[in-house]
Amino acid sequence: MLSILLLSVFGIANLFLGFLKNRQILFVGAILFVLITFGANLVEWGNPLDFGASINKGMMATDKTSVLFTAVLLFTAFLIMPLSQNYIQDKEAQPAEYYAILLFSLVGAVMMVSYESLLMLFVGIEILSISMYVLTGANKRNNRSNEAAMKYFLQGSFATGIFLFGVALLYGSTGGFSLSKIQEYVSSTPNISPMLYLGLMFTLVGMLFKVSIAPFHFWTPDVYDGAPTLFTTFMSTIVKTAGFAALFKLLSSSFGNVYGYWQTGFITLSALTIVVGNLTAVYQQSFKRMMAYSSISHAGYLLLAVTAFNERSSSAILFYSLSYSLATVCAFGVLMLVSAKNHNEEYNSFNGLAKSNPFLALVMTIAMLSLAGIPLTSGFFGKLWIFISAFERGMYWVMVIAALMSAVGLYYYFKVIIAMYLKEPHSKETDTKIEVPTPYIIALLIGTILTVVLGLLPDTIFGLLK
Amino acid sequence: MPEIITKIPLEYYIILASILFCIGVIGVLTRKNALIIFMCVELMLNAVNMLFIAFSAYKGDAAGQVFVFFIMAVAAAEVAVGLAIIVMIYRNTRSVDIGQLNKIKY
Repeated sequence: MLSILLLSVFGIANLFLGFLKNRQILFVGAILFVLITFGANLVEWGNPLDFGASINKGMMATDKTSVLFTAVLLFTAFLIMPLSQNYIQDKEAQPAEYYAILLFSLVGAVMMVSYESLLMLFVGIEILSISMYVLTGANKRNNRSNEAAMKYFLQGSFATGIFLFGVALLYGSTGGFSLSKIQEYVSSTPNISPMLYLGLMFTLVGMLFKVSIAPFHFWTPDVYDGAPTLFTTFMSTIVKTAGFAALFKLLSSSFGNVYGYWQTGFITLSALTIVVGNLTAVYQQSFKRMMAYSSISHAGYLLLAVTAFNERSSSAILFYSLSYSLATVCAFGVLMLVSAKNHNEEYNSFNGLAKSNPFLALVMTIAMLSLAGIPLTSGFFGKLWIFISAFERGMYWVMVIAALMSAVGLYYYFKVIIAMYLKEPHSKETDTKIEVPTPYIIALLIGTILTVVLGLLPDTIFGLLK
Repeated sequence: MPEIITKIPLEYYIILASILFCIGVIGVLTRKNALIIFMCVELMLNAVNMLFIAFSAYKGDAAGQVFVFFIMAVAAAEVAVGLAIIVMIYRNTRSVDIGQLNKIKY
């Protein structure tokens, strides 16, 4: 709750900082604002600040789960902010607006992890989505960025319409929006009206659309590919974490009693998503587009954790989204530097990177190993816990598919590593050293070190939710 | 309870809202002009609004009507952003046909 207030104020403050001619202040200010909010959020651990029922009216609640998810969101944002350094020099860019929109979109993300009423879920999703539509089209003279923004906007608002129709039907059958009221209806009514099932279906389709689960994933590759890489990083980490936290919260606090109704569909969808995401990623030539398909496949693993639906699920989702976010931020950070120099985002632009810049190659290698789920990186434990909780639920055949597809994932993640270490650069011109700005070094180092530390001592984070 | 509520059954509203919603969905899926698609999305949202108001009136619960205000406010924000994106596309390509949006391919 405190983080929502702080982020809203800081967003406005950032807009005013934009009046100053010095853009460096903006950059430092935005990072500082996210850090302060991160600290304030941790203060709420154990003593939530909800302002009582008189103001809050059961709209939002801060508990340990929501504090942890908020911490993951804010920490990811803190790692992404330093990567925005090239916007400070760019005369065309408007960094004050970008930072303000990023901070405002975090408000939406925090609302999505701490809502108690479908009204707040809707407002949170929309704050996050509308900010993302704007940021996708931030590069307004670039046709690819325009196209991505248009596709994202049209498909996203279509999904919102479907989601709202579902909420309307849920309201019609249960008579309320709050999660506890829906839960009360679902658990105490002997003959649940078919309208509730229909409404639940529409609501879930709308939400699965936002987290790009197959067959609702068609917007993802185009949008991730066309958007400026900084905002692609933001979309693939923060939107996904918030989306899955919201999905799990909705299902666990309201629809646990009708588990049988949505279980089969979810198992099928997660198997489909894992297969589609991994197999399509194999055929990509562009690294950025491969990351888009890989993010679809990771959404499939996260959906598997939601479907397992036991006491481990929440912490499995938390750990997986944290390790996925760390690795993704590192990978996109390296991509930004490499593509700024070579002006292309394909695999071959990484050729010979290990010789010209061993630090970037090492960061990228650890990120790829973590995404592939190799032991000693955090990605391994993320996958392991999802598999354990799926095993406890007895979802064996989907686990076999998921394990086989992780093996497929090895192929396309290692393509980058092979390009960096074993291939020669094309020409002498690409052989020159890439200069890594200090903020990049700090962000990439933190991300990489955490990926390894969580791979060695996973219980530090995992134990918190027990 | 007002007299009109006793004369018109709730089902009529649900059916009308569903028909409007379906028209919106079909419009989004079949039309090629970005503005028309956008109008169809708005039609979907308004069908939802009507459904909320009908449920709210028949249940005697004001929460549904409050939700409608939120949808209207959010839809207005969405219109502002959406029209800006459409204008941006028009400036670069002189067209609002979504068939032209095929630059991103692998």
